Amino acid sequence: MLEFWFFIEVVLNGMFAGTMYALIALGFVLIFKASGVFNFAQGFMVLFAALCFVGFLEMGLPMIVAFVLAGAIMVAWAFAVERFVLRYLVNQEPIILFMATIGIAFFLEGFGELLWGADVHPLDIGIPDGAWFVGPDGVMMVQQFDVSAAIIAGGLVAVLALFFTYTRIGRALRAVADDHQAALSVGIPLNQIWIIVWAVAGLVALVAGIIWGSRLGVQFSLSILALKALPVLILGGFTSVPGAIVGGLIIGVGEKVAEIYLGPYIGGGIEEWFAYVVAMLFLLYRPQGLFGDKIIERV
Amino acid sequence: MNFRSVTMTVAAAAVGLVGLAGAAQAEGQFIPNLVYKTGPYAPSGTPTAHGFADYLAMINHRDGGINGVEIIYEECETGYKTDRGVECYDRVKNQHGGATVINPWSTGITYALIEKATADKIPLLSMGYGRTSAADGRVFPYVFNFPSTYWNQMTAVIKYIAEQEGGYDKLKGQNLGFIYLDHPYGKEPIPTLDILAEKYGFTYDKYPVPPAAMTEQKSIWLQVRRSRPAYMIMWGWGAMNSTAINEASNVKYPMDKFIGNWWSAAEPDVIPAGDGAVGYKGATFNGVGTDFKVYEDINALYDAGKGSWNREEIGGVLYSRGMAAAAYVVEAIRTAQGQYGNRVITGEEMRWGMENLNVTAERVEELGMTGLMPPVAITCDNHEGQDPAIKIQQWNGKAWEIKTDWIKADTALTRPLIEQDADQYAKENSITPRSCS
Repeated sequence: MLEFWFFIEVVLNGMFAGTMYALIALGFVLIFKASGVFNFAQGFMVLFAALCFVGFLEMGLPMIVAFVLAGAIMVAWAFAVERFVLRYLVNQEPIILFMATIGIAFFLEGFGELLWGADVHPLDIGIPDGAWFVGPDGVMMVQQFDVSAAIIAGGLVAVLALFFTYTRIGRALRAVADDHQAALSVGIPLNQIWIIVWAVAGLVALVAGIIWGSRLGVQFSLSILALKALPVLILGGFTSVPGAIVGGLIIGVGEKVAEIYLGPYIGGGIEEWFAYVVAMLFLLYRPQGLFGDKIIERV
Repeated sequence: MNFRSVTMTVAAAAVGLVGLAGAAQAEGQFIPNLVYKTGPYAPSGTPTAHGFADYLAMINHRDGGINGVEIIYEECETGYKTDRGVECYDRVKNQHGGATVINPWSTGITYALIEKATADKIPLLSMGYGRTSAADGRVFPYVFNFPSTYWNQMTAVIKYIAEQEGGYDKLKGQNLGFIYLDHPYGKEPIPTLDILAEKYGFTYDKYPVPPAAMTEQKSIWLQVRRSRPAYMIMWGWGAMNSTAINEASNVKYPMDKFIGNWWSAAEPDVIPAGDGAVGYKGATFNGVGTDFKVYEDINALYDAGKGSWNREEIGGVLYSRGMAAAAYVVEAIRTAQGQYGNRVITGEEMRWGMENLNVTAERVEELGMTGLMPPVAITCDNHEGQDPAIKIQQWNGKAWEIKTDWIKADTALTRPLIEQDADQYAKENSITPRSCS
């Protein structure tokens, strides 16, 4: 019986972690949908946004002001990326855009460090960090922080999914993702779409940075969290917001269950690569990912 | 400008450069430092580098150098990356007449430099990090890892746990947990822990943390919550430490039973966990805080506007460790000068100085660093020091408090292992161990 409750606890923890992965993956999906490029800088955007937020807090500003200012910086950042980088790369090969995002990543890392230093910044935004004990004799522990973070992340993901599915901007976004030139020819302002999508990705990065920063402290290792989103993207599809959610949950639960029940037999520390194995198994049957657009090219 | 004038200009420039190089050779004792003040590991690398820099600057400021020889200090940024560390080494080794000693501040960089530094006759000081078997000076003449190694640290940590439990016999039947970075550094003490487990009759569970996933340890701590090891020992680095301490607090693991090694117990490791980190313990081989006599001189340095950092940040665990490393380097230079004269010494002469280094308790007192750094005595065959020991410190929510006196390592157990590993290295690399008799 105890084992059963422990299994439930493992699955729940996997789902909480998966929601957080989905939040990181979402930033990638948004930019991929608009430009067809994998944004290497997404992890660094998470770091930079969180550094700005915590930096403003340390200046003594109220939390809401710090959030608005950090959000404004991420929007300004989107303008800057469009004005100084993307504008010159319209209709270029995706690999060229990808290389540009690598440059953006290095710039952002150095710029963030220049502005805010390399120290670890503790962050407490008031998310409760106690625990609930449920089940017989309170055998199962549920972290209040994880539940709160999952609710925030899940809510944000749902809002964005609705926004991009049911609004004109969402439709324009899909058109831009399919073909830059065709989108331009029917009057979709490509530059504006890019600014919007980079700004939204920046705001998603800000929320992700604040949540992860509350757990780990705002520090440069936040940028490596982007690695956790990769198998989620492979599994869910690079172009699907719901895919990021479902992919995140599958990866989160899969890696936790594997680490605990399979890990001890093969030396442990397997969740890093196990996530990719899960993604690969899915790809064997659905190369475009669970929810990715199926590409049919005529010869 | 015709060919002749171009040739003359180039020749003049070349002569000028040679002159400058000559002048550089005579200008002072060059001590480069391979630092990492950028990237994910910067919170740990920055204070260490400042402690090292400040101590050397203090020697220049207070004494005008070492016996009249001014110290030239330069940093090269590695980002804690091995390839960049090797590049830094190549860049600095011949500057200012040649590097006196190299502090790699990374096990990975140390491993990569062992052969190069030995060939270049420049000593490496990997103070308290890998490679452990470099303690055998017969096989590793140019590598020094005093005042202690990972293997000896593990024996001392187990000794501390035994003391807490009321003796080694109380360890029998206990189950411990070992969480470590899944990396050569994290795995280094495992053979020692295996031997200790067998010797004292305890068992332990291993919890490897992959470097790329060090900020996601939920599944590990769920297992810990289930199996409840009597003690958790951590061999971590960077964000792995703060994540582990945070998760341990989340699963209500008793923090006074959670002990980190000396690279897992500094301010950046505990501050992110807030109050949850209170009670966490760690090994250390250096003191912490500014209540040491040497800080009168460090403060004078800052009063003169020559300190390298923000004054309010000095005195932490890693800053103190950087100071201790610099103090050992300065004492080794003094030792070499005692043999070769009060002048700029070469890397080869520095090796002699390090191999004959004897920083007694009295000398540590003279340095104003009693409790801040342990005495060491290095010999030809023992580059770790004769009496490696650790102290246990505990985080009280605001600062680290030293909780024990020196806990001596079990060298009788580890020395044969060190020699065995060094002999294996010698065999693989066709090295004939030198005689130290």
